[in-house]
Amino acid sequence: MRIRITFSKQGALRYTGHLDLHKLWERAARRADIPLAYTQGFHPTPRIQIASALPLGFSSRCEVADFFLSADLDVATISSKLQPALPSGLSVLNVESVDERSPALQTQLIAADYEVTLLESADASNLDLRLAALTDAPTLPRVKRDKAYDLRPQIEELSLMAGAEKKIHMRLASRAGDTGRPEEVLAELNLAIEDVQVERAQLIFKDS
Amino acid sequence: MRVASDQPIWPNLKNCKAHRLYIQARSRQIHIRYNPAMLTPAHIESKLERILLKVQKPGRYVGGEFNTTVKDWHSARARVALVFPDIYDIGVSNVGLKILYDQINQRDDALAERAYLPWTDMEALMRRDGIPLYALESKRPLSGFDLIGFTLPYETLYTNALNALDLIGIPLRSADRDETHPIIIAGGHSVMNPEPMHAFMDAFVVGEGEEVIHDIINVIQQFKVETLNVERSTFNRDELLLALAKIPGVYVPRFYQVSYMDDNTIAHVEALAEGLANPVVKRVVAHLPPPPTKFIVPNIEIVHNRVSVEIMRGCTRGCRFCHAGMITRPVRERSVDEIVAAAEAAIKSTGFEELALMSLSSSDYSYVVELVNAISAKFEGKKLTVSLPSLRIESVSVDLMDSLRDRRGSGFTLAPEAATERMRNIINKYVSDEEILNTTRAIYSRGWTTIKLYFMIGHPSETLEDVQAIVDLCKRVLAEGRKVAGMKCKLNVGVSTFVPKSHTPFQWVACDTRDSVLDKQGLLKRQLRDKNIKLSWTKPEDTLLEAWLSRGDRRLSDVIESAWKRGARFDAWGDQMNFNAWMQAFAEHGLDHTFYTYRPRRTDEIFPWDHITAAVRKNFLFQDFRQSLEGQIRVDCRLNCFACGILPTFANMRRDHPGEAWKCPDVKSPRKASNQLSVISDQLPVFTDQSHLVVVE
Repeated sequence: MRIRITFSKQGALRYTGHLDLHKLWERAARRADIPLAYTQGFHPTPRIQIASALPLGFSSRCEVADFFLSADLDVATISSKLQPALPSGLSVLNVESVDERSPALQTQLIAADYEVTLLESADASNLDLRLAALTDAPTLPRVKRDKAYDLRPQIEELSLMAGAEKKIHMRLASRAGDTGRPEEVLAELNLAIEDVQVERAQLIFKDS
Repeated sequence: MRVASDQPIWPNLKNCKAHRLYIQARSRQIHIRYNPAMLTPAHIESKLERILLKVQKPGRYVGGEFNTTVKDWHSARARVALVFPDIYDIGVSNVGLKILYDQINQRDDALAERAYLPWTDMEALMRRDGIPLYALESKRPLSGFDLIGFTLPYETLYTNALNALDLIGIPLRSADRDETHPIIIAGGHSVMNPEPMHAFMDAFVVGEGEEVIHDIINVIQQFKVETLNVERSTFNRDELLLALAKIPGVYVPRFYQVSYMDDNTIAHVEALAEGLANPVVKRVVAHLPPPPTKFIVPNIEIVHNRVSVEIMRGCTRGCRFCHAGMITRPVRERSVDEIVAAAEAAIKSTGFEELALMSLSSSDYSYVVELVNAISAKFEGKKLTVSLPSLRIESVSVDLMDSLRDRRGSGFTLAPEAATERMRNIINKYVSDEEILNTTRAIYSRGWTTIKLYFMIGHPSETLEDVQAIVDLCKRVLAEGRKVAGMKCKLNVGVSTFVPKSHTPFQWVACDTRDSVLDKQGLLKRQLRDKNIKLSWTKPEDTLLEAWLSRGDRRLSDVIESAWKRGARFDAWGDQMNFNAWMQAFAEHGLDHTFYTYRPRRTDEIFPWDHITAAVRKNFLFQDFRQSLEGQIRVDCRLNCFACGILPTFANMRRDHPGEAWKCPDVKSPRKASNQLSVISDQLPVFTDQSHLVVVE
């Protein structure tokens, strides 16, 4: 069967990267006695698909991953077995069964919402104007890994959060080969990564 | 990034506000060590938040792993920080610390947390931002613990241990520490010669830690209670250390005085207080306690992400170069049932995909076939990789590995150590070329494509012919392999350089010189040029460092401190090792480094480590050394007890634990009223000492 797990990633787990997270889920499933299905071939690996890599250091309350199991289990059972097998920082928010043949999660993702909290050390002056400068700009040429690109079309929304002076909401495109990175937007805003906390708040898929 | 290592984190503590506050607190008798200026966990966490994304692998520094134990700080009457003085990636899988972590945390009245050394990038930022070394569980600074325990399994961690003390923010030297500082203890194989580190550690644990850790904690708790009830200023660190020194197996260097002869060798070592052991005899446990099963599961990939179950402790083979084999006697085995149950529980509690069955010589485990069958049956189809290291060179080993065949088909490792019959007799690791070739042929024919062969050069009396024989043997192994498995056969050849270690029959031997080692390595490099042979070797500088640190005396402490101040650290990491710093450090203290390496030893020389004993008598070692010079081998001591000294020392223990768990003979003689047996005589080595035989049936 194929199950879809929504989970949060907080605390110390923010410093566990994407590949290590795969391994972590594999071990957690083994501890919880949930039988993962493995790929065929010389190097069998468990069939786990994580919708989107979360940058190191960011927290999230909306991560989604699909797991293929070699036996059918009740989703409530999975949920209750899994949570005690997880390190602190990972929490299962929802488990549901999905059609085995439905397309891979990664191909369905279109955008992601982030919340940025400015710490005391951050320069929060004229934040509204600085945000507006970005959204008003026709292009935002940047260089990432020696490659020039335009950040502007990747920014779908960028605003101060209602009722909070030092919190930014951003919605960035998140499609294969076209993924907006929050730290790139922060760099354009002259905000250093150590002066903010970033949390992924929502993943937006094609049919949602 | 370079770090100014001689700048302590807490400059000039005596004059700062923190110290004045501390003095006030002390007069109010609040706590054994109350330092109000010490950073709180919240402070440390907020400082960490600002730097973690600037360093490689920040997951090393945050804790939060599955199976960690986080206990209430305030209800623990003894707080212990366990430190592996290298980075997290290497330290987490250390089984020795895992055992102690479990032992301590099982007590209601104590807690244990962990710390590792930051890598150079993190260290620079920690020093810049004033973040002291902290424990991963509570994020409390290590300086707030009662006891800090270092494990020193190998000598190249020594400068790291100094760096850790500096990052903790306490004086490096035991003599400079006072009642405000934690007690610093070290254990592990390399402290069988504790003297090079004697200035920095308050105490050393000699031997196995499972029981002695409780004795130590009890003493610390007793002092904490007592000192809370008396005038604070009467508390005396020396008194606490003296109480520790009276625990069997604990060595406190400040209570032993070393006198030297004119030629700089040791004249004698004197205990300075009543009731102190001299020599200090290592601790052993009569019965191996249940192995740990709740292994910590890191949230990042590290060197060994696996479950390790120790199947047996000690080794009966008697290889004369082998430090571990000499210091971990007697051999004690766990039952197959206990091992399988522990492996199952550990896999269940960790979810690891790899299981290592650990011992110094797996083939010698009495029920190795039964064990392998039981493990295979239990984990069939569970996608588990099982490793069984240190197998003897014989075809049975191939059968064993075949039944445990992992899903990835890794290499097969064998350690002939030497390639001529003469050399194998000298080192007492006898195996014939024929047996090696039969075994390697079987390995290749059963589908392994890569074999790793380990050799050592620099053995006593080794010549270039003995080294040439390594080349010839490797070529034959590959040629024979090709006959059965074709051109895909590969051979990895690891050639390390022998260091004559303390407490072994070769402790009287001089190290091979750097020039000679370079010649031998040159020969290997020239002659093992084959695209299917991968040769690796140890740099002569690394070997020299290991030799100084493992054979040194108390004067090495000055050298270690100077080398560290000159930037030496991570000496075990090839690219980080700073040989010049060490040479300068020797020069600074007017010491000739060849004194520790190239000098042949007198037969009656008192070694710097002679007041520490693994309960294997010096006479026995010397007799074995003499046999080596005559090319005589000694068989496995399971077949014939050679009276190494273990049984006289632990006669009562053996008498109380008869039967097959120990591989020493049973002791049937009646218990003596007193068990004060001396295991090292002060006399010259003699060759016909039979006195021990009285207790051996």
